[in-house]
Amino acid sequence: MNEFIQHTINGLALGSIYALVALGYTMVFGVLQLINFAHGDIFMVGSFIGLYFIRYAIPNAEPSIFTAIMVIIAAMIGSAIVGVIIEKFAYRPLRKAPRINILITAIGVSLFLEYGGQLVFGASPQFFPDILPRRLIDVGGDIILDSNQLTIFVMSFVLMQILSFLVFKTQFGRSMRAISHSLETANLIGINVNKVILITFIIGSALAGAAGVLYGVAYPKIDPLLGLLPGLKAFIAAVLGGIGNITGAVIGAIILGLSETYVAGYLSSTYRDALAFVILIIVLLVRPGGLLGSKKIEKV
Amino acid sequence: MKSMITVMLTFMMLLLGACQNKGSDKIVIGNFGSMTGAEATFGISTKQGIELAVEEYNKAGGLLGKQIELKAYDNQGKPEEARLSVEKLINVDNVVAVIGEVASTRSLAAAPVAQQYKVPMISPSSTNPLVTQKGDYIFRVCFIDPFQGEVMAKFAFNSLKLKKAAILRDSKSDYSMGLANYFIKTFESLGGTVVADEKFVSGDVDFKAQLTSLKNKSPDFIFIPGYYTEVGLIARQAREAGIKVPMLGGDGWDSDKLLEIGGKAVEGSYFSNHYTVEDPRPEVQNFIKNYHTKFGINPDALAASGYDAARVLFEAITRAGSIEGAKVRDALAATKDFNGATGIITINEQRDATKSAVVLQVVGKVFKFVESVRP
Repeated sequence: MNEFIQHTINGLALGSIYALVALGYTMVFGVLQLINFAHGDIFMVGSFIGLYFIRYAIPNAEPSIFTAIMVIIAAMIGSAIVGVIIEKFAYRPLRKAPRINILITAIGVSLFLEYGGQLVFGASPQFFPDILPRRLIDVGGDIILDSNQLTIFVMSFVLMQILSFLVFKTQFGRSMRAISHSLETANLIGINVNKVILITFIIGSALAGAAGVLYGVAYPKIDPLLGLLPGLKAFIAAVLGGIGNITGAVIGAIILGLSETYVAGYLSSTYRDALAFVILIIVLLVRPGGLLGSKKIEKV
Repeated sequence: MKSMITVMLTFMMLLLGACQNKGSDKIVIGNFGSMTGAEATFGISTKQGIELAVEEYNKAGGLLGKQIELKAYDNQGKPEEARLSVEKLINVDNVVAVIGEVASTRSLAAAPVAQQYKVPMISPSSTNPLVTQKGDYIFRVCFIDPFQGEVMAKFAFNSLKLKKAAILRDSKSDYSMGLANYFIKTFESLGGTVVADEKFVSGDVDFKAQLTSLKNKSPDFIFIPGYYTEVGLIARQAREAGIKVPMLGGDGWDSDKLLEIGGKAVEGSYFSNHYTVEDPRPEVQNFIKNYHTKFGINPDALAASGYDAARVLFEAITRAGSIEGAKVRDALAATKDFNGATGIITINEQRDATKSAVVLQVVGKVFKFVESVRP
């Protein structure tokens, strides 16, 4: 039983990192119906921005919550800038093009970031320093709660709350949802579509940047191909929850994080990565729209 | 596809043949290794060890009256790149012999190519026994895993008096899987029990699930035959999961990066290795001094093995009096009592080196010598 609880704690921590990445996928898809394959790589860039920020901007900082928040904000700003550049130069010129073109561009951007990253950051893994004071809390019964896991969980939760406030309670969120409903109509009623899409990219990329730093804190080995697997899994999490749906993305990510940890703990880690795809296939067979996804009727 | 590459490379060789034929005034030797990627220090150290040996020989007048030139390629830690590197070294650069790889998986991928072209290949530090079984042109200058596994099993059981082992191995690495098997075999025959045998996949960063399962079996120690990047991460997460027992491993741990990644978590752990900087023999101390002068750092065992592999090769070429593949091969096979930095090297009938292993302990920022074990 204790082992099960420990696995659950670990799974929740992993799931909350996936959730932050999945949110970016889901937001961009919700607004543009575009699967932004470069999203996982923005996550990687965020992680590196965090690393370089610690190394050069605050080299003597003691690990503390304050340091961590500074690093996260730096990574969020940096990733947001990268997101804006990508949107402006890669996606905006293709707004009117067939959807397949923009999808292929997304894959191109992803490869560009991965291999450009190897050029800029080097292909060897680098090690993320401790930015949080780490405490191991023994909650009894041999179950250990790592303060880092707790911080990651809380930070993810806070960021998600801010996001859902933005989307559901603000004027901007309303325009975003309007565009999601119909881009042309939104344009007709006077919504500045380009501006809203740009802000969507900024928010999505900033979340990915924050997730990149939290990932570095949890798993201190980062390299330019880091975004590949977490990016794919976050995408699966988003599809699992119903792509375009914010609550769905979070639920999907938590389910994925938990089931991966259980599989590695009780079966074999060899099946861990395969599991994500098995879940995806099953969900697509049973509920093609995802767990919380709505069925859309295609009008011909 | 493979044959197409061969055809293309052969064509390139013909083109280049004009400027680089066997009658040139240079002897070209090849090196391939992981100079970037998760095992980057393995490739870099090995290459630097070889460079030092080349420099020393060239200063002393070279080989057979010719200067030695080293061609080195990075394989990014990928087996398929390792194979291609060797194709290129043999067909484009016309090397006399190749030195490489450290990781057994990549040596195993490249060995058939060297064997096919009958170009001698010397692995400086691949310890999986299968490597030299790929053919009679494949050699190594290090001990093999059955010996290394036995050394660590005996060390755990007899010296540390630990009876319950937990294993955490890399299911994608020939080295890790093999070493774990040999360790278990000896450990069980001594009377110890293996309470858990968990696996991970190289490249993984999350080991918490496996470690949580291990912890519940309450082992006396964990044996982790892996490479330094994963081992460092595993050590950290093991301590975070509240596992306090000692950790043991093999020669794949040897890198300064282990300390950087693992930090305090690897303190007090033990691993087997090819050599120790504390060895007082003049061959070792001279090597350390010269290496330090040239590169400004202390050599790890991979550098020492690379240095030895190069010198064993040069010695063999000198004895053969020729750079012909078959003659160099025969001379290599006849290597006896060679005084290397990693010990006295004698190549046996399986083309493996028989020599002692050392057990080191991580103490502060150094790997401290604990004991030496003869084969």
